[in-house]
Amino acid sequence: MLEIGNLNAGYGDMPVLKEISISIGAGQIISVVGSNGAGKTTLLKAISGIIRSKGAIAFNHEVISNLQPHAIVRRGIVHVPEGRKIFPEMSVDENLMMGAFLHQKDYRRNLEKVFALFPKLAERRKQLGGTMSGGEQQMLAIGRGLMGNPKLLLLDEPSLGLSPLFTDVVFGAISEIRNSGVTVLLVEQNVYQSLRISTRGYVMETGRIVLSGTGVELLDNPAVKTAFLGM
Amino acid sequence: MLFLQSLISGLLTGGVYALAGIGMSLVFGVMNVSNFAHGDLMMLGMYMAYFVFTLLHIDPYISLVLVMPAAFVFGYGLEKMFINRVIHHPHQNQILLTIGLGLIMSNTALLAFTSDPRILTTSYSSSSFNILRDVSVSVPLLLSFMITCVITATLYLFLGKSRTGMALRATSQNREAAQLMGINVSRMSAIAFGIGTALAATAGALIAPTYYIHPLAGHSFLLKSFTICVLGGLGSVVGATVGGLIIGVIEAMSSTYISTDWKDVVVFVLFLAVLLFRPQGLFGKKGGQ
Repeated sequence: MLEIGNLNAGYGDMPVLKEISISIGAGQIISVVGSNGAGKTTLLKAISGIIRSKGAIAFNHEVISNLQPHAIVRRGIVHVPEGRKIFPEMSVDENLMMGAFLHQKDYRRNLEKVFALFPKLAERRKQLGGTMSGGEQQMLAIGRGLMGNPKLLLLDEPSLGLSPLFTDVVFGAISEIRNSGVTVLLVEQNVYQSLRISTRGYVMETGRIVLSGTGVELLDNPAVKTAFLGM
Repeated sequence: MLFLQSLISGLLTGGVYALAGIGMSLVFGVMNVSNFAHGDLMMLGMYMAYFVFTLLHIDPYISLVLVMPAAFVFGYGLEKMFINRVIHHPHQNQILLTIGLGLIMSNTALLAFTSDPRILTTSYSSSSFNILRDVSVSVPLLLSFMITCVITATLYLFLGKSRTGMALRATSQNREAAQLMGINVSRMSAIAFGIGTALAATAGALIAPTYYIHPLAGHSFLLKSFTICVLGGLGSVVGATVGGLIIGVIEAMSSTYISTDWKDVVVFVLFLAVLLFRPQGLFGKKGGQ
């Protein structure tokens, strides 16, 4: 579904991603794990067109490298950014409406899906996004992404700063989203939880992919165990 | 009575200031650009109303149906050609560019229309009526205030409910997130600048019947618009509305109780006070530049 080959990207003159190659099949959860500054967020930004990149990104056999972000969203790649970036002075409803910006026709159907996934949002429809807690904002950010009819959902650190309870809610939701037919590319520092639900995982270090395998393989890998799981 | 008189004329003038301030604030909110050509765009609106009146014999207030769309197209084009090139650059580059554009406009106006001030005199330019024994209301100010109210209400509705209006707000609240929703943010910038220009030109056309029309008339309005934006909180449309009314009333009050010569001084003392004690403005958020 998504093929990335020899991707290089960075900020200004500073290269961050070096020769990244990743392949994602439809219906999978793929996770990219690694420590802070490994380039995980940059990878997602390059895919969604927020930053320029060199190399090939193909989505369903169409080259999408360096298209404008709104053109990439139109093709079905929706990016839920790190730090949630919800619209603080808009209500929950309005935030979700913005998520449906390109898909007004499916608004009602998608809204029902989002409220079924996160019932808490349905209780807070008039609340301003900026006044919600971190966990609620994360649910809103994911819900807002789902309003955009994603074929591929890019999730950047969805569990960052959340309580264990909310973390479980978020990871549960990610599995449900995959079960509903959406492919997920998950970037996480919570290595254990994300590899556990992933079809495949990639380990990134200083801008390169250093290890890849199925979720179970990586969880059993001694290097992963010492570096990320403290075993 | 003197107090009520100043309050009423202040509010009526303040409505037009608010319109200009909203235009500047919207541009700042969506694009994070301070538009220092705003006053000159207002001056162009004054001349547009003047020429539509003298050449086509259309009332300046009715001429808005021509002035507003023309100014929108002009602003949209200006953004596409010039402003969008500096949108990710430091503020000083943006300021230099918009000051430059403003200079080109005012000096072109000087060449084309000479420095002789023009006066647009309508049949009602100096008419007024009394609401109390000592309190009179100027007809042109009242008309322009009512038009301002209609335009402001329409704009609020547009920003609050329409798809494009909501996308403008989203872009102003978080540009990157707006992109990720599939909103074409560079188009939103051009629309915002078009609306900002249309509002500036409208404010210009509205004061044309009660003001000297002059190529450099925009400069005092630039400072006023900027003060209104800072007072209300940069980027806040509600703040600019309230800020405009406040500045109008303060000007009128200081003309009455101090002296007409001192009204600008009072306004700028207030401007400095806001910067010192509440730099985020009345409705602004902390952390803006």
